[in-house]
Amino acid sequence: FKAAVLIQRWYRRYIARLEMRRRCTWTIFQSIEYSGHQDQVKLHDFFSYLVDHFTPSSQNERNFLSCMFAEERLLKDSEMETYCDYESIEVPDYYTGPHVSFPLLPDHATALVEAFKQKKQLHARYVLNILHEARKYLIQLPNINHISTCYSEEITVCGDLHGQLDDLIFIFYKNGLPSPERSYVFNGDFVDRGKHSIEILMILFAFMLVYPKEFHLNRGNHEDHLVNLRYGFTKEVMHKYKVNGKKILKMLQEVFCWLPLATLIDEKVLIIHGGISDKTDLELLEKLERHKIISTMKYTKKPEKKKAAEESRSISAWFPLKSRSVPSSPLRLSPHKGSRSASIPCTFTPDRKEIFKKVRQSVQLELKEGQQQMDFSEFKDKEPLRFPLESEPNSCDFQGVNQEEWKQVVDILWSDPMPQEGCKANTVRGGGCFFGPNVTEQVLQKYSLQFLIRSHECKQEGYEFCHNRKVLTIFSASNYYEVGSNRGAYVKLGPDLIPHIVQYQANKTTHTLTMRQRISRVEESALKALREKLFAHSSSLLAAFKSYDLDGSNFITLNDWSVAMESVLHLGLPWRVLRPQLVTHTINNMLEYKSWLNDLAKEQVSHENIQSSLLEVLYRNRSNLETIFRIIDSDHSGLISFDEFRQIWKLFSSHMNVDITDESICDMARSIDFNKDGNIDINEFLEAFRLVEQSYLEDKDSELKGSETNESSCSGQGVH
Amino acid sequence: MLLDCSHGLDEWKSTTFFSEAGLLELQKKIKEAFEVFDHEANDTVDVREIGTIIRSLGCCPSEGELHDLIAEVEEEEPTGYIRLEKFLPMMVKVLSERRYRPIPEDLLLQAFEVLDSAKEGFLTKEELVKYMTEEGEPFTEEEMEEMLSAALDPETNTIQYRDYLAMMVIDEN
Repeated sequence: FKAAVLIQRWYRRYIARLEMRRRCTWTIFQSIEYSGHQDQVKLHDFFSYLVDHFTPSSQNERNFLSCMFAEERLLKDSEMETYCDYESIEVPDYYTGPHVSFPLLPDHATALVEAFKQKKQLHARYVLNILHEARKYLIQLPNINHISTCYSEEITVCGDLHGQLDDLIFIFYKNGLPSPERSYVFNGDFVDRGKHSIEILMILFAFMLVYPKEFHLNRGNHEDHLVNLRYGFTKEVMHKYKVNGKKILKMLQEVFCWLPLATLIDEKVLIIHGGISDKTDLELLEKLERHKIISTMKYTKKPEKKKAAEESRSISAWFPLKSRSVPSSPLRLSPHKGSRSASIPCTFTPDRKEIFKKVRQSVQLELKEGQQQMDFSEFKDKEPLRFPLESEPNSCDFQGVNQEEWKQVVDILWSDPMPQEGCKANTVRGGGCFFGPNVTEQVLQKYSLQFLIRSHECKQEGYEFCHNRKVLTIFSASNYYEVGSNRGAYVKLGPDLIPHIVQYQANKTTHTLTMRQRISRVEESALKALREKLFAHSSSLLAAFKSYDLDGSNFITLNDWSVAMESVLHLGLPWRVLRPQLVTHTINNMLEYKSWLNDLAKEQVSHENIQSSLLEVLYRNRSNLETIFRIIDSDHSGLISFDEFRQIWKLFSSHMNVDITDESICDMARSIDFNKDGNIDINEFLEAFRLVEQSYLEDKDSELKGSETNESSCSGQGVH
Repeated sequence: MLLDCSHGLDEWKSTTFFSEAGLLELQKKIKEAFEVFDHEANDTVDVREIGTIIRSLGCCPSEGELHDLIAEVEEEEPTGYIRLEKFLPMMVKVLSERRYRPIPEDLLLQAFEVLDSAKEGFLTKEELVKYMTEEGEPFTEEEMEEMLSAALDPETNTIQYRDYLAMMVIDEN
């Protein structure tokens, strides 16, 4: 007896420690992901600021600015015919991929699935064709799709897919292909992050065209070209389609904005991508012109006159982020915590005016210099897309929605539920809100609904009920952070509207590993990402550590280490719990911090001749860098001029208070081989600093992912 | 007997229990571990996760001892949640008194040897399952399955417990 107890005791402890590690790993991924969102918001803050405060003093300057934002205009029909035409694109004889003709038949859609399973790529002509047809169809849909369970026996609702084709294929395999008897609703976020976003879109649009009454799509926050710039879809399209990629990207904008905002089943179950707010007004949502919201990331008021523009700020549903003294982890948002106040300190500090002035002056200066160096005529010679705009840079016809309407849509697409009562700004994502159980109750009652289905957040089990089972989060991208990190799930509803959940994990290696191995693998991935983030803050960390090293011994206590880490990084992570994984060499409980930081750097740095502080800055702003690149490279040629980059980077860094000299940037660029004509090949540049995930180019995880799966199912209990 | 089961004892060594600074540090550590499971960010944790927290802090109680601990910190009318303000002082006491110390490796080995009545150096799958699910504080099916997945040598259908232990110990470190 005693022996058995001993072993059991020991084993249970072992498992508990594993569980703790797993939780921490999850926390790491989430907090890094959310801090990435905030980067995105900062970037758009910057561009909004530019638009509002920079007064172009010549036509050339206006062109320069406007070409950055030209994408935001929707095409007129005539323009679309000429620009996004597909008929002129020829499909060569050696093309072995699937062929598509219209009207689309169920067999075509199925053939697409099969072809993609075999790793074929759909030809650009067909992609554009499908996009055109999809758009034509979507235009006549209402903002909120009302569907009924009496048409088909069951409705299957799926959540985020994020370009993970394996998961979609698995869902169709396990649940069956769409048909008149089998309805589907896909709740947004089909693209970005995963490597097969375009294939997923093609399949979804194809089935939508083939089974319009049974197959429904909702818009997610990632169905948005500005978000795509950062999170990988733009990159994927350009990589796969090169020359025709631009057309496809432009066409995608036209299609995304026409996606419905919500689906309502039997007038009782509301399906939206993000969530709701205490202001959610379904009547308003039904009436607004949804296609005028091209992107939820940016809303600019029409500047009345140039002078007025200086005074008005860019109105944004994107309120300022939390100040640096408050942790940004999504987990620690309780209003009860003394140190974490619910109020949102404004980043528009008194200093800002100074910064505005400074930047504006430097912008003027830069552009004057730039004018001489850059040849603005190249803008006129570019693709027909470079529309010669009217005299005002922002005489956009995309303002058709007022701010209230726009905020309604942002709330629907970006909000998250929270356990506490109330409704407050979603400072983690930078848009939308956190809504509490009382808000859910209020909205459900107002419209006589039974419950909400939403997605938007990754859940370990693929799904999660909250708010007294009135809100169901469903997430369909398994292994989202890393192989083994989470399951995916979908939910089936019959006429009784009782949710039945099916879970799965689409990767054959996961079930051959033991739990320990699975957890270790995911953990290692999280720690690697975390260490990179630590490296990106090396200087700040060094300064913080030094402040604790009062006797100059180069040692600090582990306690001080924990405090310093949080004060610099604001990730809200349990540093003391993570410490054994991050700090391996201690002497007498003290850490020799300089060598620890050096070890961190050694892991990352590949260029000895580059100043490490510069590299640090690059790493910290890596995703912003890439996004800036892609925005500047508005014709998606893959090249930007060095001067263009320098100017924008300079503006950005002064806006962000990043200290970097011109010479450093030049030196760094020169140390990479690039064309002598002063153009930077984007991929080359990023690759040189290992800022581009190598796996994207090598595609090695396509070998890991098999089509075998590990699944389990469970039914949810009735709601109500 | 005093063999250094180093993974657990490291943590014991790393905290000095009798200085004020040490106490403060201990509290922070406990709080951090607690907060990992505090999903609603309101200083409460589901009672079913308390065991995990206590064990991850370096203690190795049996199920019975765990239940006693939980009883100490539960509300008078059990709500299913444990509050930090009750948990913290209890945990501080447990850690500073060094209760429920981790089990040294050689003791574990002895335990396996006791079960190995035939003294062959291994246990059959059936033997292990029987002991773990019927004796002592029985495993759930899930726990048993999980242990077997790592411990069982599929070719011989036995548990080579020396190797298994060795692997687990390395893994911990």
